[in-house]
Amino acid sequence: MKVGVLAIQGAFAAHVAVLESLGVAAVEVRRPEHLDGLDGLVLPGGESTTLSMGLERSGLTGGVRAFVTSGAPVLGTCAGAILLAVECLDGRSDQVQLAALDVVARRNAFGRQVDSFETDLDVPRLGQLGLGDGPFHGVFIRAPALERVGPSVEVLAAHDGTPVAVASGRVVATTFHPELTADPRLHELVLGR
Amino acid sequence: MTEPSPQTTAGTDRQTGSQLVKRGLAEMLKGGVIMDVVTPDQARIAEDAGACAVMALERVPADIRVDGGVARMSDPAMIQGIQEAVTIPVMAKARIGHFVEAQILEALGVDYVDESEVLSPADEAHHIDKWAFTVPFVCGATNLGEALRRISEGACMIRSKGEAGTGNIVEAVRHLRSILGDIRALTQADSAEVFDWAKRLQAPLPLVQEVAATGELPVPLFCAGGIATPADAALAMQLGAQAVFVGSGIFKSDDPAPRAKAIVEATSHYEDPHILAKVSRGLGAPMTGIGMDDIDVRLADRGW
Repeated sequence: MKVGVLAIQGAFAAHVAVLESLGVAAVEVRRPEHLDGLDGLVLPGGESTTLSMGLERSGLTGGVRAFVTSGAPVLGTCAGAILLAVECLDGRSDQVQLAALDVVARRNAFGRQVDSFETDLDVPRLGQLGLGDGPFHGVFIRAPALERVGPSVEVLAAHDGTPVAVASGRVVATTFHPELTADPRLHELVLGR
Repeated sequence: MTEPSPQTTAGTDRQTGSQLVKRGLAEMLKGGVIMDVVTPDQARIAEDAGACAVMALERVPADIRVDGGVARMSDPAMIQGIQEAVTIPVMAKARIGHFVEAQILEALGVDYVDESEVLSPADEAHHIDKWAFTVPFVCGATNLGEALRRISEGACMIRSKGEAGTGNIVEAVRHLRSILGDIRALTQADSAEVFDWAKRLQAPLPLVQEVAATGELPVPLFCAGGIATPADAALAMQLGAQAVFVGSGIFKSDDPAPRAKAIVEATSHYEDPHILAKVSRGLGAPMTGIGMDDIDVRLADRGW
């Protein structure tokens, strides 16, 4: 199995490390040809404005859009979740929206860095899939919120009533950072292992 | 499965200001460019270019160098103006040891505080106790011992100091090579030699042992001080920096917007000479720059 990690900017190296710990071949994606032959794709955290411009300037937008809407396994974390949404509030009007998930993302919904936090999350689906019943530790860094969750989208976890992990088909988005904790269960969920 | 209702969601307890959360933002800035800006307009140019964060300050280092006098924290009104102008993280500088400037920056909601040698030091023996803050700190370092001392004080990101305001990459290269070269050598030390390393580095033994075991700093390592061209940024990245700060290099050049964009692209594609050649074309004159023999004050010597 070969999984790409968008490596324009952000926490891509941490995702590569998680994938490799699961025995998955990870490929850093910086140019369109890097998308060839991938079985899955991770859109990491970073700054969504920077990532959006990087996609455009690197000629990656079309290829990445086609991939994330193809039914293949996709994980978007934080800025990656913003990219997967149909719309972004409190962002820039020219941000790329890949529209792989029928949700609206609100940037920096929990505040500035001094408000960034960690907390335990209940993700019932992990237990149902036999990936373990314990809580998932969520690290939220200037995190977005997911609003207006459409009927095709399932909420996997919420915090204070706000959806923070959602899924639609094989596409999963989290507003926290599973790559920053030593817990690979959400990556395993996405990869169907 | 059923959608969890708000009542059944796990704990509403939020732990803020933890090392994981503080270092986490530095993780998110990797592969990016943090640009010095002195006005909201410059901040917008930086965001439009693809900067992953901006550093709000009153004068870029090149001007501080020319003007002389005491360089202090910026006016809060100026920092707030920049916070309102952009959506990306906003950092600001406090003087070395000036914990009250840091308290003010935290109260303003700045995303990262740079305890910076570019400003005039407020304390010639002590750096800020950075563990006492919720806001994370970045500090400069010229060598591995200095980096580990700053981390022991609570810094969550280290930037190689270089020599700010010169447009000359030579000191940044020296500092990156010193830090990363010593890390490579330290990983080859046996357990007895690690004690001697701690003594020579004047750094806490547990941190030295951690670096010896992992082969990397416990926090992200970025590069600052002297980056003026896309090639400079890519050089820092190829040497092992995980992101770059560009100070005077953008807004002291002939045409800041295209240069800023080119440095962002060069930082993303730092290993691709064809892209580097493409983005380096026709950018106008970079900042003039100065040689190390021609400067009176070495900012990198500040900090202990």
